[in-house]
Parts: sequence; C-alpha cells; structure tokens
Amino acid sequence: MFPCLKLRLLEERLQCISDFQKPKILLEQYVTPSHLGSHMLYTIQSQYGDISGKLVADLGSGCGALTIGAAVLDASLVVGFEIDEDAIKICQENVIEHEISNIDLVQCDVLKYAPSRFNDCFDTVLMNPPFGTKHNAGVDMKFLEIALNLSHNSVYSLHKTSTRKFILKRAESLGVKAEVLAELVYDLPTTYKFHKKKSVDIEVDFYRFTKQ
Amino acid sequence: MKLLTHNMLTSKCIKGVSVGYPLKINASDVKETEIDFNPEFVSKMIPKLDWPVLYEAADSLGKVGDLPKNIIENFENDEDFLKKVHHIMLEVEIVNGNLICPETGRKFPINNGIPNMLLNEDEI
Repeated sequence: MFPCLKLRLLEERLQCISDFQKPKILLEQYVTPSHLGSHMLYTIQSQYGDISGKLVADLGSGCGALTIGAAVLDASLVVGFEIDEDAIKICQENVIEHEISNIDLVQCDVLKYAPSRFNDCFDTVLMNPPFGTKHNAGVDMKFLEIALNLSHNSVYSLHKTSTRKFILKRAESLGVKAEVLAELVYDLPTTYKFHKKKSVDIEVDFYRFTKQ
Repeated sequence: MKLLTHNMLTSKCIKGVSVGYPLKINASDVKETEIDFNPEFVSKMIPKLDWPVLYEAADSLGKVGDLPKNIIENFENDEDFLKKVHHIMLEVEIVNGNLICPETGRKFPINNGIPNMLLNEDEI
C-alpha cells in the first residue's frame, strides 16, 4: 500500500468540478463521475503508487476530473491533452478554483498530433477515452495505442465491458499486460437528446495496462 | 505552459516538416508559480530532457539565472542544482505568446498558458 489522500476527501474535491456546458456528441463528451474518478485515482495511487511524484498524462482530459484528481494526489506534473476549446476553458476554471499549479494543458488532437518526443516520457497515462460506440468505432483502441507509446510504465483506462475479450486480445498482440481491476457501472445522466431514459447504465471495465 | 512541456512539444505533425524541434518561443507574458520540490522527480527527469533546449528556452525568457550551461556531474546529490532545474522546468510558465515551428515559421498561439497545437486539415 502506498500513502494516499483519503478516498472521501478525494471524492469531495472531484465533486466540485464543473461539467460540460454543451457536450459535443462528435467528441463523445461525458464527464467522469466523481465517485468513479475518485475510486480510479485512489486505486492507482494506493495500490500501485503510480501518481504521487510521477509525470502523468491525461488523454482527452475534458473538464479535468482525472487531471485535477491526479494533481490533488501530488503528481509532480499532470499534462492534460484535449482537443476542445470549450472543455479546456471549463477545465482551466476548475484548475483555478482548486488552486493547483502542477498541471499543464495542451490543446491538440490526440489522434493526429502524436507528440512523438513525449514517447516513453510519462510514468503514468490516465484516460477515460471515448468509447467509440457511435460513428467512431475503435477510437478507444487508438487512444490506448497512443497512451502505450507515451508511457514507459503503466496506462489506466476505461473500456466497455462488452469489449473485454477484444481488448484483452489486442493487448496481448501489442505485447502489454492487461488487468481488469474492477467492473464499474457508469451511470450516465441523460446528456444528449437522443437519450430517451433519464439515465443510462453502462458497464465498464477499469484496466491497468503495463509494459513488459 | 511550463518549460518541461515545451521540451517535449514538436511541430513534426505539419506536412513536410522533418524534425520540427525545438519550437522557438516568443513570449509576451511569463509568470512564476510555486510547486513542491521533489528531488527524486527532478533527478529522474534530467536524463530525459533535451538540456540545451531547456537552457535556451529559459535564456530566451530571461529566466536562466545561474543555471549551468551543461548538466553537472553527480547532479543527483546536488540539491542546489536540482532546485534550479525544478524552478526552470516546472515553475516558470509562459502565459501568452507563440511557439514557432523552426522549419515553416507556423505559429502556435499560447493563450492563458495553453498552447494550441491544432492544425488545419490542409496542414496535415
């Protein structure tokens, strides 16, 4: 076990993070719910010590739930990569609100920018990628491959439970170790007009990928 | 944007650019923040940095102070040196300005501390 801020306190910090004002369907913008984000971050730090004192990247950082959470858990620096200007603005307000300075944000298209000088540079890469369910099937796997390039150690990610077999196989062919740390239920409040129910439960797996 | 991040950004993604590194800095607004000093982290980062690029970046912002031009020997045990690197790499921030591709002159604006590395379709 590694030292870590109490889970309850972490969750309280994440609860104050503002959400997308006008989520964009093309980018599959969903917020990482605070109970989910805090459990992920708590596990990453308390079980594996992969945040405190580390160089951490957050791919598709959105409004900054994981970025800010990792900064709160004393990452040496968290770099959030995000394409959308509106999300970045909200994230920046959240960063100011939380009075955190160990964060840098870079506006870029993670899928196209491929900042190769960053390769193997990060200790830990976090992401809650687009699940790739609508028009952009496979996008979460592209994010994963990029994340694995950036990290020399571990990648933590969420993927739909229904794709587990495929993901484990893909990880094997990429030569990385994949572990499902937890099965979670992503309780998505109705974000978009096409959501007919009040909220939708999506089963997701919380993964740890490690380079061998 | 911190100089650690600058040390890793390139413009290689632009069509026809072969190296795209280092990006030139044209800063109009620079600030200094305070970040907890973690000697192990700094020691671990030093071999990963492009030192001349870090030095040059700090120098162009007028923040180089008495940072040595070359990495010193046994830096792991030199707290004074590690503190200087910590300051340059994490505490000096470019708030507004531009990053400039060394090959094409394409400017990437930095607004409120955030570099915009997005390209237009016809640049990729």
